[in-house]
Amino acid sequence: MDGSIISSILFATIVAGTPLIIVALGQLIAEKSGVLNLGAEGMMAMGAIAGFAVTLHSGNPWLGVLAGMAAGIAMSFIFAVVVLTLMANQVASGLALSILGVGLSAFIGKPYESEILPTVETIRIPLLADLPIIGGPLFNQQALVYFSWALFAGIAWFLYRSRPGLILRAVGESPSSAHSIGYHAINIRYMATLFGGAMAGVGGAFLSVFYTPLWVEGMVSGRGWIAIALVVFATWRPFRVLVGAYLFGGVMVAQLFVQGSGLEINIPSQFLSALPYLATIVVLVIISRDQNTVRLNAPVSLGQPFRPEA
Amino acid sequence: MTSDSDGDLAPRLELHGITKIYPSVIANEDVSLSVKRGEIHAVLGENGAGKSTLMKMIYGVAKPDAGEMKWEGEVVHVENPAHARSLGIGMVFQHFSLFETLNVVENVALALPGNPDLKQLAEQITEVSNRYGLPVDPGRLVHALSVGERQRVEIIRCLLQNPKLLIMDEPTSVLTPQAVRKLFDTLRQLADEGCSILYISHKLDEIQELCHVATVLRDGKVTGDCIPSEETPKSMASLMIGKELPVPEHSAPAELGEVRLQLKRLSKESNDPFGTHLRDMELEVRSGEILGIAGVSGNGQQELLYALSGEIPVDDPDSIVICGAPSGRDLPDQRRGNGMGFVPEERLGRGAVPRMSLTENALLTAHRSGMLKRGMIQFDKISAFASKCIEDFNVKCGGAEHAANSLSGGNLQKFIMGREILLTPKLLVVAQPTWGVDVGAAAFIRQQLIDLRNEGTAILVISEELEELFEISDRIAVIAEGRISPAKKLADTNIDEIGVWMSGMWDQAVPAEVVAHD
Repeated sequence: MDGSIISSILFATIVAGTPLIIVALGQLIAEKSGVLNLGAEGMMAMGAIAGFAVTLHSGNPWLGVLAGMAAGIAMSFIFAVVVLTLMANQVASGLALSILGVGLSAFIGKPYESEILPTVETIRIPLLADLPIIGGPLFNQQALVYFSWALFAGIAWFLYRSRPGLILRAVGESPSSAHSIGYHAINIRYMATLFGGAMAGVGGAFLSVFYTPLWVEGMVSGRGWIAIALVVFATWRPFRVLVGAYLFGGVMVAQLFVQGSGLEINIPSQFLSALPYLATIVVLVIISRDQNTVRLNAPVSLGQPFRPEA
Repeated sequence: MTSDSDGDLAPRLELHGITKIYPSVIANEDVSLSVKRGEIHAVLGENGAGKSTLMKMIYGVAKPDAGEMKWEGEVVHVENPAHARSLGIGMVFQHFSLFETLNVVENVALALPGNPDLKQLAEQITEVSNRYGLPVDPGRLVHALSVGERQRVEIIRCLLQNPKLLIMDEPTSVLTPQAVRKLFDTLRQLADEGCSILYISHKLDEIQELCHVATVLRDGKVTGDCIPSEETPKSMASLMIGKELPVPEHSAPAELGEVRLQLKRLSKESNDPFGTHLRDMELEVRSGEILGIAGVSGNGQQELLYALSGEIPVDDPDSIVICGAPSGRDLPDQRRGNGMGFVPEERLGRGAVPRMSLTENALLTAHRSGMLKRGMIQFDKISAFASKCIEDFNVKCGGAEHAANSLSGGNLQKFIMGREILLTPKLLVVAQPTWGVDVGAAAFIRQQLIDLRNEGTAILVISEELEELFEISDRIAVIAEGRISPAKKLADTNIDEIGVWMSGMWDQAVPAEVVAHD
């Protein structure tokens, strides 16, 4: 295999992993505050159609990303009101949000189905991009790829080095204890949930504006669910989210490569298509077997409503 | 901390006519009290008397429906805990409000305003902990700390905010007797420096030893104020429960019969990363005796109970022998079939199914004693059994058809204890028999256990309440760090010795004077 093939596989892997990283890191923040939002799939779908439509009309992909973000925030705001203010069950509400988002995006997207957006140019980092093999994949990438790295670094710093991050983790472990020492647990959960929604929207917009610049109903195709699973199997740790996302992207690209290569293999294509999901889950289950890590990192109050005493 | 002890100044805290009504119960009615500067003020009352609710209102966790609170002479409405803390009120909760997955410094930092530098804060923590004799390592994760250490973290967290009033909610229920004395020294030192302390408890001897003034609550109302040093435990008890405190009759030890429970080198690795591994436990309980196991929680009690009940079987069948049968690998149902009864610590979930009626819950363990006929439930028999249990054990509830989770904790405990006792098992294993039960009902449950022993049942009681164990046990052993001490006859030991053993030091010979003066 020559360098250019490795380079292009690496490039595709990183691009495929990027929306997962953005969405999963957003969900990680929400979950660290104790809110389990299963609506990621729906929020991504809404982000994707909003991003696509605005980019098409304005011609500016960055406005599209902002629109995707706004759509994600709006969706998560509905969710937050339902589960944080009205104390509804988080699992059921999240499932409903997913179904709502997927359906609504299909409805809004009907007129856009035949449209195609121009490809957005990558951003080339001088000198570094000229490195052999890794130069292209790492340093001549879509802007949102760089954003996902910054997001990772920012979130790792936020969670483990900053005071607001400490407060967030405290709320996720025990909102009642946090309340009793004077923190407004509900407000903190609101902000974390909206952040999760914003990132899901950006992840969705990345799909429809940068990754495959067109709109097809159901184009999110389970990535929202994978992002949620990633967070759990990564035991709520940002670095493992990164690893899991690229693993998923890598197997996704590899199976496409195998399917498209015309090699004579007797494996059903459906199995190959399922492989990225399978491989990601198997690997993450193996690395998350350590009970200690799980107990130290899992937000104890995940999914539990909190109502301060009157 | 202020050092003013001037009696002319306004009291630090005054409550006038505080009332709090919850949908089903009046938690506080027209409560008034006044705490001076540098005073250790006891709030005395049974479980459910409204002590905790009152403290929550002072600390801003709950809001009163009527009444007035004055802080240093000025009327205040405490909006939330942050507001209370800005006034200078600190609170150490009965159920700690610490975050287990964070370390000590992070836990303390969360409670302080601004953005303290963690390194400096660690030094401050060490300094305060040295000054008040509260040793704790700032870098450790809270989940790895013992209960006593966690309490120290809570206290240090309050002290770093220079409180003028410190509220302590039943602080000694989790401590060894030696740790209690250390805590009292710390509290006295604080009071001498001018800090007022509100000390909540139902333990009369402690209040007599520590507190300057006591306010007694019963059913949410103040039934009296007193100076504990001028009262007797009897007179305070009658203020607290409205009648004389019943004392269980401990008749002479019954004839000891066969061995009903034997542990032979019982060892078990805990699956829980924060759990305790059981190591080489040896124990024997005979028919007609109560063996008490003392110990600070988190020393293997949970793991031992799971192994005894059969919820987590052990590999070696011979390491647990129940009524002569090697039972290590048996499941709970098989062990019950061999004549064992079991009362777990958690009432809801393990002791009873929360949403099932009392009748159905009774059936869950009583189904062996003629409640079934060819696999069919004999509903008349089971409801008669449940009603008898409710009547005999004075369980306050709407009736046998009400769900288990509609009962208060103490009443459900009475029901579960009654269910097991009425089955007269050959062996009864009980965890915290009177946890959360008021003083009168606790005395009743203890009497029932003693009566059951007199009928020949072998009883193993695991409890954190030393007084309780000394009241009912024939022999007493200690669990510490997953090991179990030799059992001693009650007459051959005392609270001090058991207290030392609770820190795991039964192998070392401890000179008598150290025990006496520690």
